Amino acid sequence: MQLVLEKRAERSDTIALVSPLIAIGLTIVTMVILFAILGKNPLLALHAYFIAPLTDGYSLQEIAVKATPLVMIAIGLSLCYLANAWNIGAEGQFLIGAVAGSWIAVKTQGTDAGAWVLPAMLGLAAASGALYALIPAICKVKFGASEILTSLMLVYVADLFLDYLVRGPWRDPHGFNFPTTAEFDPVATVPLLIEGGRLHLGSIIALLVVAAAAILLGRTIKGFEIRVVGAAPRAARFGGFNANQLIILTFAVSGALAGLAGIIEVAGPVGHLQPGISPGYGFTAIIVAFLGRLNPLGILIAGLFLALTFIGGEQAQIAMKIPLDVTKVFQGILLFYVLACDSLILYRFRLEFPNRQVARGAG
Amino acid sequence: MRKSLLALAAGLLLAGSVSAASAADKLKVGFVYLGPIGDLGWTYQHDLGRQALVKELGDKIETTYLENVPEGPDAERSIEQLVRAGNKLIFTTSFGYMDPTLKVAKKYPNVHFEHATGYKRNPNMSTYSAKWYQGRYIQGLIAAKMSKSGVLGYIGSFPIPEVVSGINATILAAQTINPNIKVKIIWANTWFDPGKEADAAKALIDQGADVIMQHTDSPAPMQIASERGKLAFGQDSEMIKFGPKTQLTSILDTWGPYYIERVKAELAGTWKSEDTWGGLDSHMFTMAPYTNMPDDVKKMAEDAQAAITAGKLHPFKCPIVGQDGKPVECKGGDHLDDGQILGMNFYVKGIDDKLPGK
Repeated sequence: MQLVLEKRAERSDTIALVSPLIAIGLTIVTMVILFAILGKNPLLALHAYFIAPLTDGYSLQEIAVKATPLVMIAIGLSLCYLANAWNIGAEGQFLIGAVAGSWIAVKTQGTDAGAWVLPAMLGLAAASGALYALIPAICKVKFGASEILTSLMLVYVADLFLDYLVRGPWRDPHGFNFPTTAEFDPVATVPLLIEGGRLHLGSIIALLVVAAAAILLGRTIKGFEIRVVGAAPRAARFGGFNANQLIILTFAVSGALAGLAGIIEVAGPVGHLQPGISPGYGFTAIIVAFLGRLNPLGILIAGLFLALTFIGGEQAQIAMKIPLDVTKVFQGILLFYVLACDSLILYRFRLEFPNRQVARGAG
Repeated sequence: MRKSLLALAAGLLLAGSVSAASAADKLKVGFVYLGPIGDLGWTYQHDLGRQALVKELGDKIETTYLENVPEGPDAERSIEQLVRAGNKLIFTTSFGYMDPTLKVAKKYPNVHFEHATGYKRNPNMSTYSAKWYQGRYIQGLIAAKMSKSGVLGYIGSFPIPEVVSGINATILAAQTINPNIKVKIIWANTWFDPGKEADAAKALIDQGADVIMQHTDSPAPMQIASERGKLAFGQDSEMIKFGPKTQLTSILDTWGPYYIERVKAELAGTWKSEDTWGGLDSHMFTMAPYTNMPDDVKKMAEDAQAAITAGKLHPFKCPIVGQDGKPVECKGGDHLDDGQILGMNFYVKGIDDKLPGK
């Protein structure tokens, strides 16, 4: 007797709907066991992770702040992935956007530049992110270079470029040679939405991006094109859709969104340009995109959920002295179950009895 | 069945909140760590300091730490989370937490903050650091005596003044023994990355270095030096077990006494915002035993340590010539003043590396 995974005749829509729920359920069961082994009360731990952060305004704000860049980047990535274009370098586009926007902030520092500064920073950041994303896109279309590799490698270029700027030309002259620019002027800072909190305008922009993506994918021809090119390249060719053009377009859009997220993070929560502005947002967003099933609303939920695990993990660390590694294990387990459960959409388990198979073969 | 489960859950939650309440009359002290507490270097030493604190004052305080907190947008939230969990004195233990700590400090004037290795202060935010360059000077003397090739290998983390002053102190000391000593520098651009640090150590040894020094936090370079039969200095922490035949000495960060002193002040209501920069004469750091060297070298190191502790020997004694051949202005009388050392942004003569960003 053996267990085999066999392809379903058609994808199961029921499983597609419940699979994330099964995944979360399995994750919780696993975590309960893990907490018990660690000698922590599982119910209290789950409460610290999932319930406590949702019960006060401060934590809710922090969840929104953390989710903002993740959602913005993931929306852009989802367009790429739907069109079968594999942008892995959102982290680099995020950094380049942050650098380009910061350029205006640094150059206008201490001058009486007016309210145009922030909009100009956002615009330049988006444009630069898009241009940076076009490098792998064009290499792919013109030379057939793997966009996975080129976009990934450009992450390190962006990282080192930022590093060079804050250690050299843009270094805060009064900063004792530490690698950071001076704090941005108020006109170059993303406004806060709540006095004393950290929730900023960027979260609203992220919501607008989600809405725009939902309309693009659900109600426009371009959105249809993106989905067809990804799902059925041959059909798309017969339909006269230009796959190369879509690679260029989706890369540019996702680069722009990542760049925008970058400058919002720098001009918002951070307040200056420094190395390490991104704790891997560009990569975490890949998880968010897939966890959200490449669907704008799903991505919003996935982004908020992942942010919740960060905030909850931190609160569990404080309240219950649960090590940070457990939070990371938790995120890893979650992703593992999501992917595992997703395979059930297209496949199913079947028990196979070898002797019967022989009999069938003989008959 | 379901009802009883719910009741059980409610009971457990209630029990949790009760035990939290009974701890509320203790002073809560929070720590924010850059690395994992098991990094066996920087963060590990801070956590040893915290453990010393708990041992000394455990009946009056409760400590909480957050580890692996990146020096980016997350830091501010992590610090604020500790405030919101009721911590009244919070130690943020890496340079990159400076601005986030300041932001949170301004928001919560009734909470006291202690930031390690920074320069921004507030009425409720102190800074503390150690004059590690004094230890580097002693290491420079030992290195020059022990090196056969006359080439030292130095793994830098980031070219910030603390690290640059360490390199300069090392080479100034080494030049008093061997005027032609060479130093090869590799910038790892990280505080903690065992893989990168090991690669750097290998590259330095391949370039002829036979004494490895590091300003990064993991024991990886020590292990590589040990494998290759070279000598090395530990960093932050006692690393002799990673190189019993390799470690010459190590600068040991000993934060415990400082943490105890500050928490006692907080308990007594006498905490004030201060700027502490402790040297060998304070208890901010100490030197690990001098090992794997002949007695005369050991004697020399001990004498230098005694002289620095007594204030008779200053590692940055003038005249000092910069890499460009011009003498460095001497603002502290017969030595560089603290401001010049804290903002050090130049190499001294004899280093043929170029300072990044210059």
